[in-house]
Amino acid sequence: MSEASTIIRIRDLKKVYHVGEVDVPALRGVNLDVERGEFLAVVGPSGSGKSTLFHIIGGLTPPTSGSVVVNGRDVARMSDAERTEMRKREVGFVFQKYNLLPTLTAYDNIAIARHIARGSPELDGDFRQILELLGIAHRLHHKPSALSGGEQQRVAIARALVNHPAILLADEPTGNLDSRNSEAVLTLLRDLNKRLGQTILMITHNPEAAAYADRIVHMRDGRIVEFDNLDQT
Amino acid sequence: MLNKLVLENLKHRPVRTALSILAIGVEVTMMLTVVGLSEGMLEDSARRARGAGADIWVRPPGSAVIGLSSAPMPEKILEFFRKQPHVVIATGSVAHPIGGVNTVTGLDFEEFSRMCGGFKFLEGGPFQGPDDIIVDERYARQENIRVGQTIRIMNRDWYVRGVVEPGKLARLIVPLRTLQELTGNTGKLTQAYLKLDDPANTQKVIDSLKAQLKDYQIYSIEEFTSLFSVSNVPGLRAFIHVIIGLSVVVGFLVVFLSLYTAVLERTREVGILKSLGASPAYILNILLRETALLTLAGSLLGIVLSFGTRWAVMTFIPASLTQKTVPEWWPIATGIALAGALIGAAYPGWKAARQDAIEALAYE
Ligand SMILES: Nc1ncnc2c1ncn2[C@@H]1O[C@H](COP(=O)(O)OP(=O)(O)OP(=O)(O)O)[C@@H](O)[C@H]1O
Ligand SMILES: [Mg+2]
Repeated sequence: MSEASTIIRIRDLKKVYHVGEVDVPALRGVNLDVERGEFLAVVGPSGSGKSTLFHIIGGLTPPTSGSVVVNGRDVARMSDAERTEMRKREVGFVFQKYNLLPTLTAYDNIAIARHIARGSPELDGDFRQILELLGIAHRLHHKPSALSGGEQQRVAIARALVNHPAILLADEPTGNLDSRNSEAVLTLLRDLNKRLGQTILMITHNPEAAAYADRIVHMRDGRIVEFDNLDQT
Repeated sequence: MLNKLVLENLKHRPVRTALSILAIGVEVTMMLTVVGLSEGMLEDSARRARGAGADIWVRPPGSAVIGLSSAPMPEKILEFFRKQPHVVIATGSVAHPIGGVNTVTGLDFEEFSRMCGGFKFLEGGPFQGPDDIIVDERYARQENIRVGQTIRIMNRDWYVRGVVEPGKLARLIVPLRTLQELTGNTGKLTQAYLKLDDPANTQKVIDSLKAQLKDYQIYSIEEFTSLFSVSNVPGLRAFIHVIIGLSVVVGFLVVFLSLYTAVLERTREVGILKSLGASPAYILNILLRETALLTLAGSLLGIVLSFGTRWAVMTFIPASLTQKTVPEWWPIATGIALAGALIGAAYPGWKAARQDAIEALAYE
């Protein structure tokens, strides 16, 4: 693994939440390297810090200590404004609950992500290709309430990719989907990874879902406890 | 794009949006109505003063231009005026307030008619006895009065002898002698009017009168009517400011509440936007646009409603109140409403802009 191809390098990352008087350690020293173009699955019990790790990589919240170098820049040293800038272009989030804006159509949900990142309102050719891949082109003028869960999640993926982020962070993207839709979304993520070289990090509770990834890491009590290489335990 | 989101958000909660617009509409109408009434009534008074046809107005020393004069001058002074060069007609009146904004005016009907060019009777005719009263059409309409009726004013019955076209000094006219005696002003006047051979001589006559009558208030009709302004009515400006202040508070509270609930309700959406890289300024921008749109829609409604209040005033109480349409106040009232609304939006906007993205996304 050459240095240049490492897109995420995390060293001794700690995160403590302060809830009133109580300190809740969510991450207790995470070390992780992710290669450019990798499809990584993160698994682990509830409360082990998976989402927290993603939120830090994606710049939604600052780390308490340690270093988190994403695409050459250390998130730990960024100001709030710099992390906001980073969210525009470096990362795209996909959540379990789709998180589409309910008052906008699917198309406008995608367009507003582009507007926030100050991209041109025209969708470029690459993105058209992504829409083809997602198979939702004909559903774009509906509001989320008129779409199935699977369709909503595909719109959310399209929205996450519209600014061509270096990294796609998917937090239990199939958690709310039935097996047929889960399969479709997972196949899609793998296609995006294989065909377009999109770097993807995905949290899942489901071993079958994790199997779509190139590599699986396990988390427990705020640490990464083992590395797997495709062969599942 | 942002405008689309703002519009969709407003459409998403039609009742809240409609109520906010209505509240701002009422706010703007309140402002336009109070200003329109003030200016309308002052203008109407000035118009009626002009309708008297006098070139020069004389008031006794120490009396206020608008309001009640309690320092009458002797009736004999008219003889003095008549002897002055260029003076063709000199006549006087006594005015007595009857509650609200109306006054009864006692006139020498013959002489006053000559000066003002004659009353136009819509019904009935001139005085025939000391207990006769002539009212203008607006008062007749408001109070539902017809010729031949007896009406009670100042604890006394009056026989309605005529209804005249409005615009000649007074709405309620009674014989001068009767009112003088009733108000204990026998032989006295509260106001005198001079008509000259040629209005061009006005200044000359005024200068000469001023030299002879110390302390008397002597005005050309232009000077006199120019005194009918908001700043010359004691307390009126303060009153207008109080009403405007109250309406701004209403607008502020409505926008505050409406946006506050909107922000709570959209906590999750704010989190989504932030996860997409929206800055606090971006979030604030959305809410301020929403506020501005609500205020503009509300102001438009308020302007329309102010025509409604004007119609109501002119239909139901035309003699008591006159409301003017005040287009120059449309942008001012809109601006004031906007300022109040933006202040109301400040706290909810700040709250939303500062909202922690992760907590917002976890919000159910
Ligand atoms: N905003 C927060 N404030 C306080 N504590 C938090 C916050 N977010 C997470 N935590 C705590 O940090 C720990 C890790 O939470 P995290 O959400 O990262 O776990 P997770 O692995 O994603 O769990 P799950 O599988 O249930 O989603 C938990 O103990 C959680 O209670
Ligand atoms: Mg989680």
